[in-house]
Amino acid sequence: MSLILDNVSYVYSQGNAYEKKALDGINLKIEDGEFIGIIGHTGSGKSTLIQHLNGLLKATDGKIYFDGEDIYDKDYELRDLRMQVGMVFQYPEHQLFDETVFKDVCFGPRNQGLPEKDVQLRGYEALKNVGLNEKYFDVSPFELSGGQKRRAAIAGVIAMKPRVLILDEPTAGLDPRGKDEILDMIAANHQRYGNTVILVSHSMEDVAKYVDRIIVMDDGKIKYDDEPREVFKYYKELEKIGLAAPQVTYLMNDLRENGYPVSTDVTTVDEAKSAILKLFKIQT
Amino acid sequence: MSFIEAKNLVHEYIMRDDEGNVEGVQVALDDMDLNVEKGQFIAVLGHNGSGKSTFAKHLNALLVPSEGTLFVDGMDTRDESKTFDIRQKAGMVFQNPDNQIIASVVQEDVGFGPENIGVESDEIWTRVENSLKAVGMWKYREHSPNKLSGGQKQRVAIAGVMAMEPECIVLDEPTAMLDPDGRKEVLEAIHKLNKEKGVTIILITHYMEEVVDADYVYVMDQGKVVMEGTPTGVFSQVETLKEYRLDVPQITLLAYELKQQGVPLRDGILTREEFVQEMDRICR
Repeated sequence: MSLILDNVSYVYSQGNAYEKKALDGINLKIEDGEFIGIIGHTGSGKSTLIQHLNGLLKATDGKIYFDGEDIYDKDYELRDLRMQVGMVFQYPEHQLFDETVFKDVCFGPRNQGLPEKDVQLRGYEALKNVGLNEKYFDVSPFELSGGQKRRAAIAGVIAMKPRVLILDEPTAGLDPRGKDEILDMIAANHQRYGNTVILVSHSMEDVAKYVDRIIVMDDGKIKYDDEPREVFKYYKELEKIGLAAPQVTYLMNDLRENGYPVSTDVTTVDEAKSAILKLFKIQT
Repeated sequence: MSFIEAKNLVHEYIMRDDEGNVEGVQVALDDMDLNVEKGQFIAVLGHNGSGKSTFAKHLNALLVPSEGTLFVDGMDTRDESKTFDIRQKAGMVFQNPDNQIIASVVQEDVGFGPENIGVESDEIWTRVENSLKAVGMWKYREHSPNKLSGGQKQRVAIAGVMAMEPECIVLDEPTAMLDPDGRKEVLEAIHKLNKEKGVTIILITHYMEEVVDADYVYVMDQGKVVMEGTPTGVFSQVETLKEYRLDVPQITLLAYELKQQGVPLRDGILTREEFVQEMDRICR
């Protein structure tokens, strides 16, 4: 199973004064089970890109294939695509609406037409997976704290068991612990189910820590598409397009410039730690 | 007396049912003490729900103490006759720039505040010019706020507060919704206001990296101040911060973990420069 974008372009407000090319000839292949991060400054085309992946926006030019099928074919059921490509929008808790957390989470699977027993099982499993305590299942989602609401909202999408899960800045506004908990939960689910995860993030540190492949968007085009250590080698180019590398990558470059023989293709605290420890074993 | 002085400050949110009977009391601030001197750059850290925002709302008398006292430049916030003066002393900037901008042209938005309090027309234009220049948005004065980036909008919001000539600006997670570039722009703008105009800054944030340059840091948990000190002092206590659902900058964490492995780095390293200096100290 894969998602293929073949020369996809998208123009907002085509034909009037506000015309803007938001995507410009995107070629992309996403394989089953990948954990991908998408980075890019505001207005680089990240959100426009992900909205194409489940057919919320229709490319003005180019083709998209899901499982080898052209999603713009007149016989293709976009509803099926949306069942398989789940989207968690920014501040998803604004979309909570039902009387209780459990009912809210069951809304998706019920809509998928599953038998009631399965619906409830899915709801239960999803809430367990996001780490929400059972005592919150029957309370109004509006009584939860910010972090709990975010979990409940993500559970609502996970309950539909999408094969591709897209999350647009799922940790915006959360405190550091809340942020780690959400990302750890997403990574654990990815491990458990082998689903494809696409994470849009502003945090270079988070992307470096969790994903296997980074897609860098700039001005509607893909600027880089590689594993984190390769992408962050271009930190000077990333800065020019409003991005950066993780702080530890900069530190290793600083150390190198000051004469310490350390590797600079480091993107996480753990990698930096072992690189520096290696240095001390050599020196002491 | 300090410019801002909170003594045994308590705030209780009282929840009532439909008939107005008290259903429950939630203590958001619990016997809090805090002092801010004129011209300081203060950071307040704390997880979601720790009471930070409630405290912020006390600083310009949007909320008043349930118990204890809060003085702003010698004025008791419970004294209703002083409310107006207090709000002119302490301006507020909130998380979402879109909720704070009202006019359709940048310079009109910035001029709205002073116009509202009856400032002379010539004086309004002087203030608009000075404020927009101070945050680096003067060249956008005739733009529509809708077409600005998040960081630019937030700087317009700050200019709007500056035009009221407050002595103190309270910023409640001003960068939570911005990308790395936007965060940098806003942080640079408020540091500049602090250094060049002597405006007292109280920055409430989740981002540990934003705290590094503050004069003094307060950490809140369950409505109390649980840690305080210089950034170096506070960030030396990695484990304690984690207990309060917080974090330390990546560089600080790396130094801490290396120290645990026996590398004799000092505590509380905050920046890349400090890290390299410490390496030089122990290796050469």
